[in-house]
This record gives sequence, C-alpha cells and structure tokens, in this order.
Amino acid sequence: MPNHQINPNKWVDLYSDYLFNYTITRVSDREVAQDLVQDTFLAGLKSMKNFKGEASERTWLISILKRKIIDHYRKINSKKGKAEVRITYNDDAETEGDWLEERVADPYDKTAEDTLQNAELGDAIHNCLGKLPEKQAEVFKMKTIQGFETEVICNELNITASNLWVIIHRARTAMVDCLKENWF
Amino acid sequence: MSTKIKVVIPCDEANHVCDKTQYKDATLWEKIKLNIHLIYCRACRKYTKNNTKLTKEIKKSKVECLDKKCKESMKKDLDHAISEYSN
Repeated sequence: MPNHQINPNKWVDLYSDYLFNYTITRVSDREVAQDLVQDTFLAGLKSMKNFKGEASERTWLISILKRKIIDHYRKINSKKGKAEVRITYNDDAETEGDWLEERVADPYDKTAEDTLQNAELGDAIHNCLGKLPEKQAEVFKMKTIQGFETEVICNELNITASNLWVIIHRARTAMVDCLKENWF
Repeated sequence: MSTKIKVVIPCDEANHVCDKTQYKDATLWEKIKLNIHLIYCRACRKYTKNNTKLTKEIKKSKVECLDKKCKESMKKDLDHAISEYSN
C-alpha cells in the first residue's frame, strides 16, 4: 500500500497555485480565493492527524478546499439581504448607465460550457505544471502566466538570459508533451 | 563571413527564436529568419505549431498565479501555525 507523506512546510510552494486556480474558477474573486486557500492550509494543518496517506497530499487538500468553498457560499447566502433582488434606480449621476437592461444576461457572453471547458483546461495545465521540475515550473509561471520581462526574472532568480531561455524551452517541450495527451 | 548577412539558421536557433516569439521578444529580422527556416524544416514547423498552440491554450484557460508577496505572507502564517502546533 503506497503511503503518502505529509509535509506542510512545502505546501505553499507546491500547491498554492493549483489550489488558487481551482478556487478562482469557482468563486471568481481573487481576495476570497486567497483567503480560502489560506484557510485550507490552516485547516489541513489542524487535521493532519486524520491524514491516512491513502490519497496524495494534493487530493487531500483539495477535498478540504471543496468544503471551504461550500461553506463560503453558505455563508454569503445566509445573509438574507443578499438573497433578495434589489433594483435601485440611482439618483446620483455618478453611476451613469446603470440601466435595467445591463442586468440582463448577455446572450453573447460566455456560455456555461465554455467556462467549464476553460476550468478543465486550467486544471490540466496545472496538473502538467506540477509534473515539471520546480525550477522550470517557477520560471515558466513567471514568464508565461505572470508575464514578467526577461530581465526581471533573471535578476530575481539570479540566472543569465540564455539560461532562462534554455529552461523555458525545456519547460515548453515538457508542457506540450504532457498536454498532448489531454488536449492536442 | 561575419559581415555577411546570415539568412539560413540552424534548428536550435530557430527553436530559440520560436520560443522568443511566444513572448513577443523576437525582432522582425529574427522572425523573418525563422519563417525562412520553417519553409524547409519540417521538425521545426511541428515544434512551432505545438508551441503556438500551447501559448493559445494557456491564454484561453486564463490560469492565474499567486504573486510572490502573497505567497510569502501565506508561508509566514503557515509557519507560524506550524510552530504553534508543534509546541
């Protein structure tokens, strides 16, 4: 029986991006998502004794996070005031264009299916990122997702530009290979 | 030789330019050289195709990352909690 180890010291490095991405597709608010991820880590720490090692650390943390997200929605919906629909015709001109028409769902907006597909794609990408060596993943994330300039990354991580491009190249090749199985 | 303008580039250089193109870091001349290379090199065509697709998919999926500051503060909080629990 494979026994998984638990090591909370590495949680933030290893899983915070994955958990954050999982949350943001479900609550669509950065602040809330950050708090939920943080709560998840702390809750995980508290119930570390219950970790049996049957699932991987990440799966276990996700199961906690799911509870946290459900709790979050329960909490905001229990406040009665938020549950009722209020239509206010604003008197002040500050919020100009606050028309009723704008509250109607836009049919040309993203469909639920698209959103779902993108969420799955995001999960797949993070899965593949998790398989990369730590250094490659870090550089790749900084460059591709956060969009930092080459020099900024080089200074931050203390590497040369050509070094960076080699890492990027390896990461991209690995990512393509990994994603091919799912999406290409 | 060095004064002569090089039009034909080897595959590794082509791949490097291709990587740079994904981040809009390549110059126009580099891109021209890459495209000339792609005319006759099948392997690099494939690489470029996959690479472009990867960029597109990542953009489409809108994956996000936590920034460093936020991660650090998270780490600090967690470390604090860890030391509290171990006591």
